[in-house]
Amino acid sequence: MQRTSIKITSEKLDLNACYAFVEDDSCGGISVFVGTVRNDTEGKEVKKLDFSTYKPMALKEMQKIADLALEKFDVKKVAVHHAEGELQIRDIPVIIAVSSKHRKAAFLACEFIIDTLKETVPIWKKEHFSDGEVWVNAHP
Amino acid sequence: MKIKTLFFGITSDLIGENQLDFVIENNLSIKDFKQFLIEKHPSIENINSYAIAVNEEYAEDDLILKENDVVAIIPPVSGG
Repeated sequence: MQRTSIKITSEKLDLNACYAFVEDDSCGGISVFVGTVRNDTEGKEVKKLDFSTYKPMALKEMQKIADLALEKFDVKKVAVHHAEGELQIRDIPVIIAVSSKHRKAAFLACEFIIDTLKETVPIWKKEHFSDGEVWVNAHP
Repeated sequence: MKIKTLFFGITSDLIGENQLDFVIENNLSIKDFKQFLIEKHPSIENINSYAIAVNEEYAEDDLILKENDVVAIIPPVSGG
C-alpha cells in the first residue's frame, strides 16, 4: 500500500485527489491544509506569485518530510502536493492532507509537514507588485 | 576537475545564469568552494546566506567535492 503521494506540478492542484488519496477505512479523521495566494504583503498589493523549484531535489525533500511524518505521528497516509509556475490571488500553491485513526495525530502531522516544507524544500516564490518584484525570504 | 553548478531564486538573478560549469582544484571542500564562488562572482555576497546541495542533497561545509558533482546554490527557500 502506497502511504505517501508527493507531487510538484504546473497544473492546478487537485484538492479532491489529495483527499481521495488519504481516505482509509481505518481512519477516524482527515486533516487538510490548503495554502492560498494572499493579495498583500505588509500592506503592499500583490498582483501574482511565481514559484520556481529545484524539482528533483524538492521532490526528494518532500518525500523525506512525508516519511518522517509517518514515523513521528500515528498517521495512515500523507499527500504533499505543490504547484510551480505563475499563480494568481486565491490560487493554491500547496496542499497537505493527512489521515489518522484519531484526530490529534492528523492535526499535528499536518502542521509539522507544512512548517518543515517551508524550511527545507528548495522552492522559491517571487512576489510581483505593481512597481516591481521581490524574491521572498531572500534577505532575512 | 569539472563540476556543474546550478543557481536558483535570487542567486540566478544575481549571477545572470541558471547553470555554470567550473573547473576547480581537486579536493576542494564546500567551504573552499564558497570562497571560490565569491571570487568568481562577487555579486553572490549580496545575499546574507545560502545553502549548498551536492547531487540533490544538502551538504555541510566540510564535504569534499568530486569530479562531475552537481552543486546547487540554494538561497533561503520560500515554498508553501
